[in-house]
Amino acid sequence: MNSIPAPTIEYGTLAPLLVVFGAAIIGVLVEAFAPRYLRKAIHVPLTLLSLAGAFALVLVQVLRGQVSTTASAVGALAVDGPSLFIWGVILVLSFVCVLLINDEGHFVASAAAVPGSADEEEAESAGGGHTEVYPLVLFAVGGMLLFPASHDLLMMFVALEVMSLPLYLLCGLARRRRLLSQEASMKYFLLGAFSSAFFLYGTAMIYGYAGTVSLPGINQALARGAALDPLLMIGLAMLGVGLMFKIGAAPFQAWKPDVYQGAPTPITALMASGTLVAAVGAVLRVFWVGLGNLDWNWRPVIWGVAALTMIVGSILAITQTDIKRMLAYSSIAHAGFLLVGVMATFGTAEQNASSLKAILFYLAVYGITTVGAFAVVTLVRDPGGEAGHLSRWAGLGKRAPMLAGVFAFFLLAFAGIPLTSGFFGKYAVFAAALDSGTQPGDSMGGWMAALVVVGVVASAIAAFFYVRVIVLMFFSEPSADGPAIAVPSMGTVTVIAVSLLVTVGVGLYPESVLGVADDAARSLFIR
Amino acid sequence: MESQIAEIAQHTGGVIGLSWLMIAFPLVGAFVLLVFGRFTNRWGHLLGVAMSLASFAVAVLGFFELIGFGEEERRRAVHLYEFIPGMVDMGLLIDPLSISFALLITGVGSLIHIYSIGYMSHDEHRRRFFAYLNLFVAAMLLLVLADNYVGLFIGWEGVGLASYLLIGFWQFKPSAAVAAKKAFVVNRVGDFGLLVGMFVIWTTFGTLTFQGLGEQITPGTENGTMLAIGLLLLLGACGKSAQLPLQSWLLDAMEGPTPVSALIHAATMVTAGVYLVVRSGAFFFPEGSGAALAVAVVGAATLLAGAIIGCAKDDIKKGLAGSTMSQIGYMMLGAGLGPAGYAFAIGHLITHGFFKADLFLGAGSVMHGMNDEVDMRKYGGLRKFMPVTFATFFIGYLAIIGFPLLSGYFTKDGIIETAVHHQPILGWLAVLGAGITGFYMSRMVFMTFFGQKRWADDAHPHESPSVMTVPLMVLSLGALGLGAYLVLSNRLMLFLAPAVGRPEELPAFHFTSTPGLATLALVAVGAAFAWMRYGRAEVPSVQPRGSFLTTFARRDLYGDALNESLFMRPGQWLTRIAVFFDNRGIDGLVNGLAAGIGGSSGRLRRIQTGFARTYALSILIGAALLTGALLLVGNI
Repeated sequence: MNSIPAPTIEYGTLAPLLVVFGAAIIGVLVEAFAPRYLRKAIHVPLTLLSLAGAFALVLVQVLRGQVSTTASAVGALAVDGPSLFIWGVILVLSFVCVLLINDEGHFVASAAAVPGSADEEEAESAGGGHTEVYPLVLFAVGGMLLFPASHDLLMMFVALEVMSLPLYLLCGLARRRRLLSQEASMKYFLLGAFSSAFFLYGTAMIYGYAGTVSLPGINQALARGAALDPLLMIGLAMLGVGLMFKIGAAPFQAWKPDVYQGAPTPITALMASGTLVAAVGAVLRVFWVGLGNLDWNWRPVIWGVAALTMIVGSILAITQTDIKRMLAYSSIAHAGFLLVGVMATFGTAEQNASSLKAILFYLAVYGITTVGAFAVVTLVRDPGGEAGHLSRWAGLGKRAPMLAGVFAFFLLAFAGIPLTSGFFGKYAVFAAALDSGTQPGDSMGGWMAALVVVGVVASAIAAFFYVRVIVLMFFSEPSADGPAIAVPSMGTVTVIAVSLLVTVGVGLYPESVLGVADDAARSLFIR
Repeated sequence: MESQIAEIAQHTGGVIGLSWLMIAFPLVGAFVLLVFGRFTNRWGHLLGVAMSLASFAVAVLGFFELIGFGEEERRRAVHLYEFIPGMVDMGLLIDPLSISFALLITGVGSLIHIYSIGYMSHDEHRRRFFAYLNLFVAAMLLLVLADNYVGLFIGWEGVGLASYLLIGFWQFKPSAAVAAKKAFVVNRVGDFGLLVGMFVIWTTFGTLTFQGLGEQITPGTENGTMLAIGLLLLLGACGKSAQLPLQSWLLDAMEGPTPVSALIHAATMVTAGVYLVVRSGAFFFPEGSGAALAVAVVGAATLLAGAIIGCAKDDIKKGLAGSTMSQIGYMMLGAGLGPAGYAFAIGHLITHGFFKADLFLGAGSVMHGMNDEVDMRKYGGLRKFMPVTFATFFIGYLAIIGFPLLSGYFTKDGIIETAVHHQPILGWLAVLGAGITGFYMSRMVFMTFFGQKRWADDAHPHESPSVMTVPLMVLSLGALGLGAYLVLSNRLMLFLAPAVGRPEELPAFHFTSTPGLATLALVAVGAAFAWMRYGRAEVPSVQPRGSFLTTFARRDLYGDALNESLFMRPGQWLTRIAVFFDNRGIDGLVNGLAAGIGGSSGRLRRIQTGFARTYALSILIGAALLTGALLLVGNI
């Protein structure tokens, strides 16, 4: 009789994950047992405390220098330097997003009711929104934490689903414009399921080739075996589809504008920041840890995806008339910029660390600016909900100079104007890409330079539509029946203030975040 | 050969470690006053003064901590943070040179802040005025305290900005708006020189810190690159310090409120060029080099030009502006003479900071009492009505003409004697300049305070409130005794030596040297001539036509006419040609490109149909493409 050995779990290392998932499960119990009027009062502190606690646990690991150098949970997870940095970023971002979510009036009272029906009216008059939002967000955040830290493809698939399923639901909970919200939810679910299938299929193919789903195991198999196995290539492509879908790279970007527009804005903020950070982290891990020995094959393909993504994102954004759709396309363009950084993770350990640092920095600063921008969007309101159409933003600078000024600053940060954090993000990524092109023995040198040129041109096009909004806000006459500017709650004010502070602060003193990113990147991914 | 300047030591802790507070205080003041706007109207001016005084306190404490170190250890670098990774770290350099400037800027600056409380009391935008003053002090301190050229340049530009805002403070007057623009544009020319100079320094030496340059440059090195850097920096200095050929903005800058003229256009900002030359002296202006000679020549030419312009102005502030040009010319001349001249240049800069601020604020006090009249032909006999203003103004006057034993006597005479010793021709020109100074300053005093009343009918001259006169008294104390204190027994020279080097042998002050006596004689002649023309004789209250020479001087030596015909009109033609090509060629291209991108955006948009099935199809096609591409790449 063979006895089954008990797995060892590194509870200390995994504590942040456990806290978030634990709180999510408690949240479900609260939904089940606590009376309705008490639920929100329990959920809000529970959610915020668990996120803050998880962040503190991440901090403890970093400060004590206990960053593990081996895989945890029997090889399923890798909590290395980059993972911890990404965890920290996701936890901060989700914390501020929860502050936004906490604001009244974003969520429907009864999602199941047909829009416009008597049921809905009844639920609406009973007051309060869905409190299930909080545990759902916690599950999604847990998935986001798990996703970039997964050390094998199956774990990664599970993480992908844990992250995505709650988000599908959350997208459909917008209180205003119910139909749009439900449509967004439906589309996101269908397409997400479609892409997940690709991911799973790719995993199966790669297992067929390598005989393992563990990322380092795949890499070793690559070093041993013939690289030209169609099984491997098809598997790699399918895997790529699943991942590229999540970060919204072209040609898998189509869901983004529809979903971002339809979802409740705080959830959009969470997706545009947290999900993107997690997905880019996962992309880095798969390509670097799992496919490092195959970089000659995947880099040219990612080159094409990155270039296409930047161009599609920035060109399509020009003709958008809805502020949230415009931000969605901007997020697509930024995914392209990030892929440029992914391309640069190549060559010596030093080079890897520096491009990894650039991406981590970019993720952190872009995420927080995004949350700030969406927070501003929640405040500009029409009677029917948020004033989405750009024409409604005309002359906002005259009616609400503070708000418009802050928003203009976020847009400038997106455009990468110096003295904002966005400038240093872009600069770091492009510099790393150029640098990797000059590595000896890299025949892609010229290609990297060409990609950076594409990136700079795309940034220039993108700057056009960012500045166009600024011009609209400050140099157009406000219309007489312009949108109302909601009085922001403490939470929203905090979110905007924090985002602004980080965007300005990092723009003036990039080393503050760059240094932390550098420490994280130096420990590299566990291979 | 000059002796080496001292090594720079890294410093942490103590007041010097906190010296960034000097910059932070006024910066916070400006921020609060500008951001919180009218909420701060009631106490804004007090906050401004407090911030300036706090900065002064830090400077004083830092000074005492600095002199606690041994002479060779008095250059302390304070690292603040990594500014541009791999290129520049932001840090401050506290050494005898920078602390002298810091004390002058915060000390005189605070007095002018206090004075402005009274002077601007009737202005509804007083709070904004104090915000700009604070901004100016912060920028100027960054300029002199930064331990590298990048920080210096940021301060340099900040000072330019503050100056622009303050000259144009009364922008409802078209003349003020134009003057502000002119100052800005002319300064840009100089800034361009400084910027290109920095580029050359970076490409040549790979560093922009004073410490790094000190390690790389052997003192006395001369070659083409060094000369080019020197001349480019000199161009920058000319712009900021209103030296020929970039002097034209200073006279117009008098459109700003009078405290601004005193703070910026007399005591501090215009001395930034002198600071730049002295700070870079050991690197790019070694004694006897071509670059140093260029500095001295520019200084000598400007000191004469400024003095001549000063002779013909009837506007009291413009007269003082001409005199400022002239006095900074003296400092530049001193700065072009190597370590022997540096101490006198800085000494004159400090004493001038006091007596010129005294004169300007005195002029402001006169204007305050005379319904903002600036024409001296409408003054006359004011000494009885404004006794305090008169007394303080008179002390400033004696100091600037170099009356024996007052401040200006020691510092200006130091420059003249050193110049005669090193560059005899320039030195004797400086003696001549001193004589002209004696004339135009006496003319100003006689026209304003002596002679008959030539007032307008509604003028009721009165003494200014004590918030204005007390700063005047403090400043005139400086004008009285500071020069003797700094120059006798070479106090300042020995103090500055670690930062700027010192001459082989220390000069001893002679009360009866040839150039000194000649200067005194010429000043006496000038003053006597002024007494005959403007003291004893009747002064016409309408400007007479005057000789060719007078017109020449009144028109600022045709500086503006020269600029207009040489630069402005050809420049306008150039812009017209550029606009033409821009409209036809470049705009066509850009608009076409924009239309093209917009069009393709419109076409691409149609892919976004809103149907989930289309999206799924695009994912499928993408998957096929990805697979195909991977297989293709694998087969290459």
